[in-house]
Amino acid sequence: MQPIIRVQNLSKRYRIGSHEPYHTLRESIIRAASVSARLARTMLGGGGDGVRKNDHHVWALRDVSFDVMSGEVLGLIGRNGAGKSTLLKVLSRITEPSAGRAEIYGRIGSLLEVGTGFHAELTGRENIYLSGVLLGMRRAEIHRKFDEIVAFAEVEKFIDTPVKHYSSGMHVRLGFAVTAHLEPEILLVDEVLAVGDVAFQKKCMGKMGEVARAGRTIIFVSHNMASIEALCDSCLLINGGRLEARGEPTQVVMRYMTSELRAHNGVRSLAGDQGRSAGSTPIMRSVSLDAGEGIPTGVLRMGSPLAVGVEFAAPGPVRPILGLGLRTADGAPLFAVSNRFTNEGWDGEGKKSGKIACSFERLPLMPGTYLLDLFFGDFGEPSRDLDVIREAISFEVVPADLLGTGRLPHAGDGPIFWTGQWTVTGS
Amino acid sequence: MEASACESVAAAPETRVPSFVIEARRGSLWVGLGELWTHRELLYFLAWRDVKLRYRQTALGVLWAVLQPFLMMVVFTVLFGRLAHIPSDDLPYPIFAFVGLVPWQFFQNAVSQSSASLIGNVQLVTKVYFPRMAIPGAAVGTALVDFAISSAILFAMMAFYGIAPCAGIAMLPVLITMLALFAGAVGMWLAGMNVKYRDVKYVLPFVLQLWMFATPVIYPTNFVPAQWRWILMLNPLAGIIGGLRSALLGKTFDWPAIGIAAVLTLGAAVYAVWSFRRMERSFADVI
Repeated sequence: MQPIIRVQNLSKRYRIGSHEPYHTLRESIIRAASVSARLARTMLGGGGDGVRKNDHHVWALRDVSFDVMSGEVLGLIGRNGAGKSTLLKVLSRITEPSAGRAEIYGRIGSLLEVGTGFHAELTGRENIYLSGVLLGMRRAEIHRKFDEIVAFAEVEKFIDTPVKHYSSGMHVRLGFAVTAHLEPEILLVDEVLAVGDVAFQKKCMGKMGEVARAGRTIIFVSHNMASIEALCDSCLLINGGRLEARGEPTQVVMRYMTSELRAHNGVRSLAGDQGRSAGSTPIMRSVSLDAGEGIPTGVLRMGSPLAVGVEFAAPGPVRPILGLGLRTADGAPLFAVSNRFTNEGWDGEGKKSGKIACSFERLPLMPGTYLLDLFFGDFGEPSRDLDVIREAISFEVVPADLLGTGRLPHAGDGPIFWTGQWTVTGS
Repeated sequence: MEASACESVAAAPETRVPSFVIEARRGSLWVGLGELWTHRELLYFLAWRDVKLRYRQTALGVLWAVLQPFLMMVVFTVLFGRLAHIPSDDLPYPIFAFVGLVPWQFFQNAVSQSSASLIGNVQLVTKVYFPRMAIPGAAVGTALVDFAISSAILFAMMAFYGIAPCAGIAMLPVLITMLALFAGAVGMWLAGMNVKYRDVKYVLPFVLQLWMFATPVIYPTNFVPAQWRWILMLNPLAGIIGGLRSALLGKTFDWPAIGIAAVLTLGAAVYAVWSFRRMERSFADVI
């Protein structure tokens, strides 16, 4: 079996920054001269990758090499700005690589954006033809699939109205409907499935699955780890323009998560914190979050354990009380935990400094950002808080395929992740 | 030769030809033109889109294709024909001017629209793959539609003035092809330049205005004194429009001028395609 795509040392570099402003007449003249030289060079020699010798540049892609087999569904993951979209753009021939090469043995269709080529003044019908031809379909082909496309998009009634009157949902549905009916051998999809409402997303995923089962090769960029794990045969991890890992989706996703964990801070110094409430004594020194790996982390996988540790140094010996208030990013309170309620540490010795920690076996939190308020007290004076810092530290929960189906509850349905036991009776 | 010597000959690797290869600094001229032909439906659709949109938003719409040269003819007849008494080769000035103005308007429209076409289609350039030449090409196509309409009016006027078609009509297809090719070449080159140097859109109207006076549109070729006529011939449009006038109005053809124009047009076309293909590489990054 020969690969349908071969990528060898593909690299792409972009020029960043702008021209320096000129201050003196001498500089203006020099600039004018270099501009005319540049103009002449463009007229006689044109392009190149547009990056001149003294420009500041950044490598969006660096020496990326991989092969894709026919019929494979390849996932492409990585942080924002890692180079995933650039890779798709280069493979779609929208932009030229600065070095390296790629061999493609088939027709490519790219879904880099929904509603490509749509013009607001044209009707839905006209836009379907225009967009279809732009994406590479023949007019006869569009004609054949026209009714299917309209049915998929559910816009039968409005097909002859100018698109500028469409709701944003209809817009997106029509755009995707056209692109979904492309029949290229290779399909490149760039996070377009992130738009639209839940029902639509389900439809899109369904269509992608259909396309995959029909034996087409797909390269799929997404931040939705659950869908990557569910749909893809293998996965590439791109970091800083370089190919960092390739393999089974679950393994590569785990590797991505782990590297992500190290990148974020799970520690915060509280010594000089401005967020202390009025009347607080600076007793809490630092707070750290641990997800069971032994190293501080600010990014947790859904369902992972969490340990919150606070180092303290008090003017005199205390029997420490620590209260944690967990809130969503919007500030809505979720729950409060404190050893004051459980009386743990009440009968210990007084300590001047040390660390008090609270562990959770698994946090039932949906993906998102969360804030922690910290309340420090002393069992010697249980009725008041000695040191209060609101929003002392934040952390992020990232999705994981906890249910094994690639599906998770919708984020808008609440911040708590909970499961139950299901039985169905009847005949 | 021993039988065991050729034991296992490695199977020759299956030689496949890739559908395409993506590489820095790739793409010859001819590949580009071939691709344009494969994407000819796209060319048609883009032109169709622009034509449709233009007429959709105006009240006069199709009428502008007629009014533009017509109004210019009226203005020039009054200013140059009547007031300045510019000779018009023994023909009534209005028809003389109109025959020059129709192709000139085509050139002007084709070049202006073409030069702005890439900038006006940013979304397409950055999100979809297709041969970029299709965009300025479609702009020229749109201008051709207007040209066709104005030509119809032109023939009507010729009938009105009782000018019968003559044998010279045979040259029409050749001359019109040259005109379209030259307009396409200039437009395409400007379209590419405009992406990087937006000055083009400011300079162009001025340049076109000067160019019109440098072309024998509203005055006959023999208006220019003989010793300066060779400069006039450096402008391919002089040969082309002069030729069109000869073809339609029965004057003698200035073959040297047409020959020079043909050579210059071909040269311009080759240069424009080559230059565009090189500039094309960085469009998506610069636009």
